[in-house]
Amino acid sequence: MANVIETNQLTKTFNSLMAVDKLNITVKSGEIFGLLGPNGAGKTTTISMLCTILKPTAGTAKVNGFDIVKEATQVRKSIGIVFQDPSVDDRLTGRENLYMHANLYGVPASEQKSRIEHVLKLVELQDRADDLLRTYSGGMRRRLELARGLIHYPKLLFLDEPTLGLDPQTRDHVWRYIRELKETHDITVVLTTHYMDEADRLCDRIAIMDYGKIIALDTPTKLKDTLEGDVVIVKTNNPDALSKLVAEKMQLKKTRTVNGTVEITVRNGENLLPRIVETAAQNKIHVESISLRAPNLEDVFLHYTGRMIRADSGKEPHGIAAIQRRKIR
Amino acid sequence: MTELRGFYTLWLREVKRYLRDRTRIISSFFQPLLWLVVFGVGIGSSLRGAVTIPGLTYQQLIFPGIVGQTLLFTAMFMGISVIWDKEFGFMKEILVAPVSRMTIFLGKMVGDSTDALLQGVIVLALGLALGIQIDLFAFLACLPVMLLITFGLVSIGLTIASFMGSLESFGAIQSFINLPLFFLSGALFQVQSLPDWMQTLARANPLTYGVDALRTIILGGTWQPLYPLYVNLAVIGVFDVIMIIIGTWAFTRMK
Repeated sequence: MANVIETNQLTKTFNSLMAVDKLNITVKSGEIFGLLGPNGAGKTTTISMLCTILKPTAGTAKVNGFDIVKEATQVRKSIGIVFQDPSVDDRLTGRENLYMHANLYGVPASEQKSRIEHVLKLVELQDRADDLLRTYSGGMRRRLELARGLIHYPKLLFLDEPTLGLDPQTRDHVWRYIRELKETHDITVVLTTHYMDEADRLCDRIAIMDYGKIIALDTPTKLKDTLEGDVVIVKTNNPDALSKLVAEKMQLKKTRTVNGTVEITVRNGENLLPRIVETAAQNKIHVESISLRAPNLEDVFLHYTGRMIRADSGKEPHGIAAIQRRKIR
Repeated sequence: MTELRGFYTLWLREVKRYLRDRTRIISSFFQPLLWLVVFGVGIGSSLRGAVTIPGLTYQQLIFPGIVGQTLLFTAMFMGISVIWDKEFGFMKEILVAPVSRMTIFLGKMVGDSTDALLQGVIVLALGLALGIQIDLFAFLACLPVMLLITFGLVSIGLTIASFMGSLESFGAIQSFINLPLFFLSGALFQVQSLPDWMQTLARANPLTYGVDALRTIILGGTWQPLYPLYVNLAVIGVFDVIMIIIGTWAFTRMK
């Protein structure tokens, strides 16, 4: 299988800030590759360099065999991009936006009409195609942008936070389109996300990024396997005391408190549940509930960085709220 | 071929956006109407017939000037579309497309100039409605001249906007460029009768040549032109070329 993207020590600094630090990744043809990480990890900067929007400070990369600096125009012709922020003209109709894109990317005039019908159908927007974009909902705009990114039949599609700010139902829709694209059109997809479940369900391989570096790269299953265990979640009135107790008395080092609950990563967790409750009772700590779950990518991130996907950037309350909701549940 | 289609599609977008903006088209009547009727009649009657140019009312004198003013204000205002596109993200879609920055600039510039031309035509029609005589030949001759005038002016607006991040700062720059260019263009008076220092400023103003050309065409023999028509057009043409080069450069460095 050929490599669609190859980066070689790709680096970007903004003044003194190291946004992307000597990145070496390869993306294979036909896969869905995810860049996962907190806000500010360097995901968008990486994509921007690969899309030729930003020039790297050092290092090189090839996209579809073209150098991102020396052959920027060829790179642009061969890729499709859906930006993180909306980039449609809301004073034009959906169809007009698509025609504009087709013309800018040199789609032959004879093929424009059929391709536009095709992508409109793909994202189920045929009925609204002739309405002005300003009358669209956020999810519909996102779908239109997705359709737009496909008109010129790119071999490689970049999606920067494709479902940011979308409701759960629309996110499901978008995920389905992305998978369909990969299967029916043989397109390679590179996406960034800070939604753990999105990366998990959608990607063939995931690179976890933090502070401009790749800290882990593998299939979602293998990433989760590195944790070697299940996660035990204990809800209690005194999480700090319990976590200390579990770590010291029971010799379970992978213990931490998260949002007022105690989480323990451990092999054969189901055998451990009674012992934890017992130990807690002996030490007069009240256990409200205890449960066991398979590890997720959030645990993987925590494992590699020692912290959760940063929730302090405040830029995207939607994502943070979503993560916190899942934690509480 | 791709470049040509890129140009066409960017041009079409600007024109479509303009034609859909009904409020802007309707309000575009209003300001020239105030200038021509209230200002024109008001100053005209204060002068009590002591008109400096025989055979011309004050309203007739300023009419081509008001056409020029409309072109200027509309053209500069078009720069806002760049800031707008930056703020709403659409500029990214255009900048990342595989067409050259020169094509992007020209498409937007000629599109915006077309919009400004349409504004100018509205003012010409307004003049006709107010009883100002414009024969068919003069009307038609005005069109290419107006377009030529707007190219350079739109380029100024787009260039400034390409360096700016917010709508607020654009507003401030507008008043530092629009009003001086307008007042020093001789739109409201004859440049020949000005004191020397002001004449020098007026002759350094590209719009002066535009207003002079429009007067020559619209007013005909009753108007004593500052320069022959071909000189006016040549000066405007050179100004256009310089501004287009600067504008293309500005767009090339835009991120």
